[in-house]
Amino acid sequence: MKKLAVILLGLMLWIPAMAGGMSQGDDAAEGGPDISGLIFGHIGDAYEWHITKIGKKDLVIWLPVIVRASDGWHCFSSKHILEEHEYQGLHIAAEGEPHEGKIVEADGRRPFDISITKNVLSLMMSSLLLVVLVLLTARWYRRHDSLEEAPRGLAALMEPLVGMVNGMAKDNIGEDYLRYSPYLLTVFLFILLNNFMGIIPIFPGGANLTGNIACTLVLALFTFFIVNFTGTKHYYKELFFPDVPGPLKPLMSVIEVFSAFVKPLSLTIRLFANMLAGHIQILCIVSIIFIMARYGGVLLGGMSFISVFFGIFLDVLEMLISFIQAYIFTMLSSIYIGLARAKE
Amino acid sequence: MSLITPDGGLIFWMVVIFAIVLFILAKWGFPAITSAVEGRSKRIEDSLKKADEVDRREAGIAVEHEKMLAQARQEQGQILKDASATREQILAQAKAEASEETAKMIAQAKTQIEADRKTALADMRRQVAILSVEVAEKIIRKELSGAPEQSALIDRLVQEASQLEKPLN
Repeated sequence: MKKLAVILLGLMLWIPAMAGGMSQGDDAAEGGPDISGLIFGHIGDAYEWHITKIGKKDLVIWLPVIVRASDGWHCFSSKHILEEHEYQGLHIAAEGEPHEGKIVEADGRRPFDISITKNVLSLMMSSLLLVVLVLLTARWYRRHDSLEEAPRGLAALMEPLVGMVNGMAKDNIGEDYLRYSPYLLTVFLFILLNNFMGIIPIFPGGANLTGNIACTLVLALFTFFIVNFTGTKHYYKELFFPDVPGPLKPLMSVIEVFSAFVKPLSLTIRLFANMLAGHIQILCIVSIIFIMARYGGVLLGGMSFISVFFGIFLDVLEMLISFIQAYIFTMLSSIYIGLARAKE
Repeated sequence: MSLITPDGGLIFWMVVIFAIVLFILAKWGFPAITSAVEGRSKRIEDSLKKADEVDRREAGIAVEHEKMLAQARQEQGQILKDASATREQILAQAKAEASEETAKMIAQAKTQIEADRKTALADMRRQVAILSVEVAEKIIRKELSGAPEQSALIDRLVQEASQLEKPLN
């Protein structure tokens, strides 16, 4: 049985080589596949969700465009603007223009754009999934006496995570950690779930939400506001009037205030850059197969073997990083909150 | 670079959706889970503490038990030792008494024997004297027909008799 599995896996490692060989026809005419287009298409946001290509036909989910232009609200399927190029006086900015790839008005101005893009849809789905998962877990605990019964199923999955984040909150924040633990738990599970969804290569996964700076910025801002709106007197005293010798006071307070703003920025960039880099790495490794398709034969076979091997390795590594980044974000948030809750 | 410029639309949706998720989960999700998990971990901690206490108490009981056993054993040994000492003492005493008694009895017997011997000797002497007197009588009756020798003999006998009488008194 085990031997069979190994043989099957060995055979599967060669499949990409065939796929690469098959797609050779298309790309050969253009002088090789557009790898950077492919990678940026995957990690970027889009008005449609391109799932796959079946033969010559694209399998696409058209997403709603919601835009407030100078002449009022526009709401239509992205199919129109993507296929007809110009729709209701709006078009997508071409390469090289200021708002490249985004919907702009005829004069190149960017309208107020709250379209349901690929990332927004992914955010909605994963948020729904998160809410359902957590509420189901909560329901299990409401229906069972947790003192008498060991958790099973979903509860058994969630309990270690909840226990871990609660422990972290207790260690870093102190006695009133219960006020903050729901936020920390939400952030942790939100990041973890979206990180994992990002690794799944096909719909409903595959969007690069936590590798998008807007997403991580919002998460970091939540932490920032929670830290600075619930800070103690002592925290603000240290922030604006640090306890240092006289002449250093203005300098230190500038540094302290600066650091208060740098903290969320570092949270933003850490998560964003880690997840983005992970996605790019995996895509690059997989793209080797399609680059090598041009050279054919032995080189394609060998390289696809290597790239699948490294692809598996990077996927597993990315799972680890997904967890670590969610953990670090939560850990640092709890530390920042703990610092702001300092009594003396 | 579109990668590092946050997009307004996504920020908008992110704020809205994350706030909703946070609200729902903070209200109906996590408090229930957290309290249950905390309750269990507290209970486990308590149980462990209790078990530890029981363990310690049990260990204390075992030590006490051991101590009591040792004490009992010691007492037993002491009692045995005492008993054997008493026995020895009683034996020695008995032996001493017995030997004393024997010595007394022997001494008594000795004095009795001495006394008996003395009376017997005196008796014998008296008998011998009587006998000798009788013998002498007989001899005298037979030989008193002689003259000089007779008187000489009588003298001698008288002298001897007087000599004999002396140690008897």
